[in-house]
Amino acid sequence: MSRDKSKLLYAETHEWVDVAEEGGQKIATIGISGFAIEQLNDLVYMELPEVGKTIDAGEEFGEVESVKAVSPLYSPVGGEVIEVHAELPDNLDQLNDDPYDFGWIVKLKIVDESALENLMDFAAYEKQCAESG
Amino acid sequence: MSQADSSPQTYAQTPLGDWHRSGGAKMVPFAGYEMPIQYESIVSEHHACRNAAALFDVSHMGRLRFDGDGSEALLDRLLTRRVTDLPVGGVRYGMVCNQDGGILDDVLVSHLKTPSETRYHLLVVNASNREKIVEWIKPLLDDFPRVTFSDRTELTAMIAVQGPLAMETCKRLFSFDPSRLKYYQARITDQFSKPVIVSRTGYTGEDGFELVVRAEEATRVWENLLLAGRDVGFVPAGLGARDTLRMEAAMPLYGHELDETVDPITAGLNFACNLEDRDFIGRDAIAAVKSAGPRRVRIGLLPGGRRPAREGCDVLSSDGQVIGKITSGGPSPTLGFPIAMAMVDAEHATASEFEIDIRGKRSPATRTKLPFYRRPQK
Repeated sequence: MSRDKSKLLYAETHEWVDVAEEGGQKIATIGISGFAIEQLNDLVYMELPEVGKTIDAGEEFGEVESVKAVSPLYSPVGGEVIEVHAELPDNLDQLNDDPYDFGWIVKLKIVDESALENLMDFAAYEKQCAESG
Repeated sequence: MSQADSSPQTYAQTPLGDWHRSGGAKMVPFAGYEMPIQYESIVSEHHACRNAAALFDVSHMGRLRFDGDGSEALLDRLLTRRVTDLPVGGVRYGMVCNQDGGILDDVLVSHLKTPSETRYHLLVVNASNREKIVEWIKPLLDDFPRVTFSDRTELTAMIAVQGPLAMETCKRLFSFDPSRLKYYQARITDQFSKPVIVSRTGYTGEDGFELVVRAEEATRVWENLLLAGRDVGFVPAGLGARDTLRMEAAMPLYGHELDETVDPITAGLNFACNLEDRDFIGRDAIAAVKSAGPRRVRIGLLPGGRRPAREGCDVLSSDGQVIGKITSGGPSPTLGFPIAMAMVDAEHATASEFEIDIRGKRSPATRTKLPFYRRPQK
């Protein structure tokens, strides 16, 4: 499976979301964009949430650390954590090469779908990135 | 992830600012200047410094010059370190303290002689403290009327070349071979008839030297150095690598390990105080701390696991009592695991096991000797 970055939704804070139907449920897979990973550079640590935790849209669900700084990860949608990518924190170097497939961080069972309307499509997100340099 | 801060504000540029931008550096505001934090990556620049050499633009640091009779006496009064017996060509690390012994800045003082036999002293101060130190010095000048004090920061640039190959590679770039200097010696030489101060000092734990050149010569000298080291792995490095390098070497950074609430003894910088031979500002307060023993101590910690403990995290004793704070911390690229320095209550400083509160989660940590990294001796 290869996720097409141009079909994903993006938050202003650089997280991407892939929404899919699984068994009648809407599931959001969340990661961080290639642009953000490039900006962060030299990643050393990632903190994941616990499975079963409920997160509101816009709430911090984890953090990613580069050599220089800690960056909180914000959930673009509200929902319950049903899976975390446990191998990711030990393989952060691979996040660089593959932010959209290997780089998924959490899967949420969406509770609050309304927040999806505030997200950007790829074109709008690219424009934001270009403007922020 | 956070959104970029796009607040409009102007920052000073060093004479190498254009070079950094065209060289692909990521620029950040630092102490009123726009400075490169990294070019390619902090980690690769860090390794280049440990394995070959790295060039750092440190022009943001303040360069203050003292000419004329009484300069030594003035500096003797200003600094924790004796200056009257500093020979020409000598460099000393010391501090400027207030009357209570609180550290206003940590500095290097050099005694230099120009080709026309003029002797003067150069004080290198932290960028963030330059204005404060200039204002602190001004009233002292009344007692030393023959001293001419000048802030040379904006007329000059400063470049650090640090790494095991720095000396060998740059031996022939100046009229005087800098590898003939001993550690903590400096002298004025020239390159293509343009004056250069070369000093065998640095802030990375590696061998190397620091240069002061005229601002208009900065880009030429910088490019010269890079060209000289091109085939052996010299790279330009930013403030990010400078910070991880100095942390491994356990060198204090003003605003982190040092500030006005910390005296030199508490900071673990006894070696940079000459308390016995003269009076200076803050002497009595520092001597009192020395005889009573400091209430807090700077220690090294190794956080367990891979999660770095950053500045500001609480440090707890093994029985859960908050006993101090992390002053600097992060991943160590050389060692491959996180390191941290902390200021803790003296009574707990000899324990071997601690806990660190990393944003709400307790993480174990073990005390270790400083520095974390010492360069291999030749």
